[in-house]
Amino acid sequence: MEVLFSLLVGVFFAAAVYLMLSKFLVRILLGVAILGNAVNLLLFTSGRILREVPPVIPAGLDRQVAVTANPLPQALILTAIVISFSFFAFLLVLSYRAFQDLGTDNANDMRVAEPVADSAPPTGY
Amino acid sequence: MAAPAGSSIDLSAALVLAPAPLADWLVILPVAWCLVSGAVLLMLRKNLHIQPLLAILALAVLVVLDGLLLWRVIEGGPLTMVMGRWLPPFGIAFTADLTGALFALFSALVALAGGVFAVQNIDGSGRRYGFYPFLLLLMAGVSGAFLTGDIFNLYVWFEVLLISSFGLLVLGSEPKQIDGAVKYAFLNLVATTLFLIAVGYLYGLFGTLNMADIAIKAAERRADLPLMTLATLFVLAFGMKAAAFPVNFWLPASYHTPRIVVSALFAGLLTKVGIYSLLRVMVMLFPVEREELSFVIAVAAAATMLLGALGAIGQSDIRRLLGYLVVSGIGVMLAGIAVGGPGVAGAIFYALHSMVVMTALYMASGVAGRLSGTFDLNGAGGLYGRTAYFSALSLVLFLSVAGMPPFSGFWPKVMVAKAAIDIGAWWLAGSVLLTGFLTMIAVGRVWALAYWRPSTTPAGEGAGPGPAAILPLSALVLVTVLVGLFPDPLLSQIQAAASLLADPSAYIDSVFPHGAR
Repeated sequence: MEVLFSLLVGVFFAAAVYLMLSKFLVRILLGVAILGNAVNLLLFTSGRILREVPPVIPAGLDRQVAVTANPLPQALILTAIVISFSFFAFLLVLSYRAFQDLGTDNANDMRVAEPVADSAPPTGY
Repeated sequence: MAAPAGSSIDLSAALVLAPAPLADWLVILPVAWCLVSGAVLLMLRKNLHIQPLLAILALAVLVVLDGLLLWRVIEGGPLTMVMGRWLPPFGIAFTADLTGALFALFSALVALAGGVFAVQNIDGSGRRYGFYPFLLLLMAGVSGAFLTGDIFNLYVWFEVLLISSFGLLVLGSEPKQIDGAVKYAFLNLVATTLFLIAVGYLYGLFGTLNMADIAIKAAERRADLPLMTLATLFVLAFGMKAAAFPVNFWLPASYHTPRIVVSALFAGLLTKVGIYSLLRVMVMLFPVEREELSFVIAVAAAATMLLGALGAIGQSDIRRLLGYLVVSGIGVMLAGIAVGGPGVAGAIFYALHSMVVMTALYMASGVAGRLSGTFDLNGAGGLYGRTAYFSALSLVLFLSVAGMPPFSGFWPKVMVAKAAIDIGAWWLAGSVLLTGFLTMIAVGRVWALAYWRPSTTPAGEGAGPGPAAILPLSALVLVTVLVGLFPDPLLSQIQAAASLLADPSAYIDSVFPHGAR
């Protein structure tokens, strides 16, 4: 099961990197979304996949009786999902705003902050 | 809630039962204080006149809290507090050691100076759109990153400070800022995601996220775990956050676009969090792997500092020039980390120096730009003739950033260069010195053109710099002069901090008292 998940994570990472290497912001955004999910799957897999029992202690007992699923990766993933979702939302708005203000979604054409024709510093008084 | 009848559970096996001494709360107070005061400022964001006052007060309290924490750590060693009273490694631990406390105190000082400087620099609309709440939340993230003892928690604080920095970066929404923010936001998000990937693998290998626990287990099980891969991932992720070559290009693309005080705070705080994490993870958790990667980090360090300094020479905009100088300074810190041993103390010292000086330099560039009406070296001039006092402050900063004695930039560069020569890496020491020389050319030209040269154009705004600009600038310059003239008190603490990083047994004892695990 872990092997299957590892391969799946690899495919996710490959797709994310491929999309993020594009110069168009929309594709980069899609890449970021996939990257976030790839990391969530990675966290899930690194906690080992155990399907036996939910990690709940039965009534009247002090400890777990059988091997249970690992609850910590689930907590980590929940945190990571919230964070990556909010960042994705921010980036989406930022990209749309960049498209409105700069008139392009091509990262190569975004040269307002670093103009192409840049004046060299003076070499003397 | 009472325990069910018939089962007597020994809580001491799972919980810290003794109440925490009052002084121990200092570990968590800087973060909690920033979050609370940030929330209060958010509620008061319509009251434009009371906001700066409250924020400066809150930041002053933060300085006091961090000062007390540092004093407590110097007196009694590392401090630990665990969330929810769960015994470590199950609860999320906050552990303040000397390195973390020093970084936290200097970051608070820089933020206070920024808060005062912003009174003049951030206008009504900037305040309405939440400059001060963002600043406080940024400080919550920065303090949390410096004080946490849990590596996933470190990731969370990274994200807290990142999202606040996005807010600060786009304050004003000029096209230039949007452009810079796009590059900054995407690349930084990728860097923190890389960090999260490394954390995922680390959890898969060790089954724990507590740094003290990782330090113990890494030492025990080094032979049969792929720690080199893990360490390399961490170096890449933190190197990207710290703007090390070849993953530094987001910094010069964005740092000159926002309001000057925002640039100043970013230059002082953000990249240093990357350096701090690199110190924490590579020096404390994976010392053997750091030794193995030493050459790679050293090459990246030399390239970072030289290309940063060369980039600075090629710029005609003062703010963009300073962005490259930030990158160049990161190279010196990386060199210290690469060399190890006494170099680590040099890296910590340089980071603290760089926090103060880079913030002050951006502030000075803001004042200079406002006085001469342009940030371009082609048009600037005549500043010395107009305000001699401000020009003197700037000159001190220029000399300090180039590493001239007797200012604070001199000592850490000496430490790093000497440590590099001691292990036979003469080329690394040489590039530290060459970087100092190139930096001197870059800032010397700014001095000659913008300050010394007679003004060619009619002056910009009439009035000189107000007290809200001069006061924080003078305070930061005073820090760099005092640290340069009397380095001993700070230096002894930094050396103690570096030795605690190299041998974290005191850190581990503070998390697991009496050897209990």
